[in-house]
Amino acid sequence: MSAASQPVHTPAAASSGFFRRYVFSTDHKIIGLQYYFLALLAVTTGIVLSLMMRIHLAWPQAHWPFVSGGILRPEQYLALMTMHGTIMVFFVLTTAPLGAFGNYFLPIQIGAPDMAFPRLNMLSFWFTFAAFVCMLAAFVVPGGAPISGWTAYPPLSGLGNVTGPGEGMGQTMWIVSIGIFCIASLFASINFITTTIEMRAPGMNLMRMPLTVWAWFVTAVMSLLSFGVLLAALIMLVLDRSGGTSFFIPASLVVNGELQAGRSGGWPLLWEHLFWFFGHPEVYIAILPGMGVTSHILSNFSRKPVFGYRAMAATLCAIGFLGFLLWGHHMFVSGMNPYSSLAFSALTLSIGVPSAVKTFNWLGTLWGGQIRFDTPMLFSIGFVSFFVTGGLSGIFLAQPALDNMLHATYYVVAHFHLVMGVAAIFGIFSATYYWFPKMFGRMMDEKLGKLHFWLTFIGAYCIFMPMHFMGIYGGIRRYSDWSGATYLAALRPMHEFMTVAALATAAAQLIFFYNFFRSLASGAKAADNPWRGTTLEWATASPPPIDNFAGAYPRVYRGPYEYSVPGAAEDFTPQHLPPEAMLVNEGARNA
Amino acid sequence: MHESALADRAGLAAGNIGSGGGLIDGGGRRGGSGAAKTPDRAYVTGMTIALSGIAMFFVAIVSAAVVRRGAPSGDWQPIRAGSELWQILSLNTAVLLASSFTLAHARSRGRSGDENGFRRWWVVTTVLGVLFLAGQLLAWRLLEAAGLYLATNPSSSFFYLATAAHGVHLAAGIIALLLAAFRPVRRMARITAMEVASRYWHAMDAIWIFLFLFLIFGGRA
Repeated sequence: MSAASQPVHTPAAASSGFFRRYVFSTDHKIIGLQYYFLALLAVTTGIVLSLMMRIHLAWPQAHWPFVSGGILRPEQYLALMTMHGTIMVFFVLTTAPLGAFGNYFLPIQIGAPDMAFPRLNMLSFWFTFAAFVCMLAAFVVPGGAPISGWTAYPPLSGLGNVTGPGEGMGQTMWIVSIGIFCIASLFASINFITTTIEMRAPGMNLMRMPLTVWAWFVTAVMSLLSFGVLLAALIMLVLDRSGGTSFFIPASLVVNGELQAGRSGGWPLLWEHLFWFFGHPEVYIAILPGMGVTSHILSNFSRKPVFGYRAMAATLCAIGFLGFLLWGHHMFVSGMNPYSSLAFSALTLSIGVPSAVKTFNWLGTLWGGQIRFDTPMLFSIGFVSFFVTGGLSGIFLAQPALDNMLHATYYVVAHFHLVMGVAAIFGIFSATYYWFPKMFGRMMDEKLGKLHFWLTFIGAYCIFMPMHFMGIYGGIRRYSDWSGATYLAALRPMHEFMTVAALATAAAQLIFFYNFFRSLASGAKAADNPWRGTTLEWATASPPPIDNFAGAYPRVYRGPYEYSVPGAAEDFTPQHLPPEAMLVNEGARNA
Repeated sequence: MHESALADRAGLAAGNIGSGGGLIDGGGRRGGSGAAKTPDRAYVTGMTIALSGIAMFFVAIVSAAVVRRGAPSGDWQPIRAGSELWQILSLNTAVLLASSFTLAHARSRGRSGDENGFRRWWVVTTVLGVLFLAGQLLAWRLLEAAGLYLATNPSSSFFYLATAAHGVHLAAGIIALLLAAFRPVRRMARITAMEVASRYWHAMDAIWIFLFLFLIFGGRA
């Protein structure tokens, strides 16, 4: 780290006031934290919505204090479902893994002082924030929140008030919110990709990048290529709603006894194609950063290099690429040509190959390691567990013949919650416990962390495992009340069990919040490298100074996961440690 | 990425900051030196990446049009607005294509230090851009005259959608050209602004040609 390697960079925010430093900040670390707290707010909202649904499913006659008439009506249930899905997918699973941790750690892990475009980065966050406010506003506009699900299928979403309450103003707010979110995500992806390409420290070649960086990079590429497609689809949906066009709305449609005149024969399937061309990459946008974090943490806490680093990087790229080719598996029951179902089925099964490579490499990383079961490690192992459990049911759903039976049931709800919901959330928790010391300079409480892990791990399985059986039995999803279907009456106790499990698991999250905020205020002071990690975020102070390395920009000499190198002084060899220093250490040890 | 490019970048960062490459201060971005000789690579890379995102947006519209045309309802009617429509669109295309050439010329003038030549050709490019947009409005008028509105038929819906989306992007390009020539963005060297604006402009030209060919062969027949 010679003086010559210091880029000429003086972050503007250092001397400015509170607003420039913490609100309209251009510092990627502050923006990362802003994304993180936005995601915390969103996940709390999403959990409350899901608990309301779960209570209603178990006890449909339950009285709600703030609902007119006391009992939740079916359309109100659908509004809860729509908003739960939308908020969780967009504002939690997209913002936390990529927006929060990607923003905070990508520049540090590649040895850069900031993102390539700090002001664009600020704009991305504030657009995301505006989108969230706009989404919440849908609750309070006349008619309330939309009822068309997070996928907003037309004609339900395309005709306005006539299709139901919430489909007027509420759906409009939803479309505007997601449109803003698209633009924010496009800005962010441009920033992530450019930063990774252009701002890497000397010596940080692609095959020395931590797998987290690989994951964020591939995720950003997927965002870049998919959000524009959703934006185009949203514009068409707006035109169908307000411009009288017939992109998606069929001719002579009768809704609630009213003929929808003036439409010339649009095609709802077109929306499904456009939506899922975005929507399938989106589920990988949610899960890939978790894969990166898991690889990173399993290696650190096994004190072993990642098993098959190149394969891990290659499979991230393969999953990113294949993720664009299999959107049709969401549409097997849509009336799509069965031959295309066959193609989409084969492509879907093929993504099992890179996914399995990753899983076996995670196990290979653990194999023979000196495993330390700290909280981040527990959550990473939990990630692998949920990824496998949720992934296996995906193999069943990838067969059109089986999907025909299972598609509209709780089997699918179990599948996607485990594989992209719970697994991704475990990735987020894992990253939180792992990087909390770096972000805030204090340690989180280990005992509370472990308690939080076990309650959440067991609780999540209790919520979602029964759904598989429920689905196979024919338990239909999206229905607010099964009272009318006698064959489903036997499943009521299962619903009650899942609801109790959901309430308990949600309560367990209070432990996390308590631990988080108490550690923030009075946790033990963290050292610069408390987990004895090798990558560049551990080469700087906790929390890092405003330009990340206080002017002493690192040079990189080796790969990211050099743990337990034979002959080395320590069981970890940081990326920035010059080869001479290794020899000195060894000399000191021998002497 | 190629090994030598990496070694080059590493060398750059270690010793020769500001001598023209990407790392932090290549084009005098944050340092504020306006007289850089080569564009700041981060901005150029960023624009290239942004353009691939924008391309996907237009690909989505065109793919949707192809799918919609083949919809089972069979309601797609080719656009019939007389030969003037296709003549004016061809003329617009020629104008936009010409603007790419004048832009390339302006850039080479600018690179060789001919400030007046740069300004002259840069302004010609901007004027051609405005002419193109005016021509597109004229095309819309012809459609209106033929009784083809946004909701008349999916073909006209896609015509308006594609041309409007492109028009908005091109209008942004005109603003970018003006800013690059007369009011370089804060902390961005002229040469960088020039490079970034040109890339955007050429891409909008290419996207238009793609849309034009699609409208001829996809919407007309």
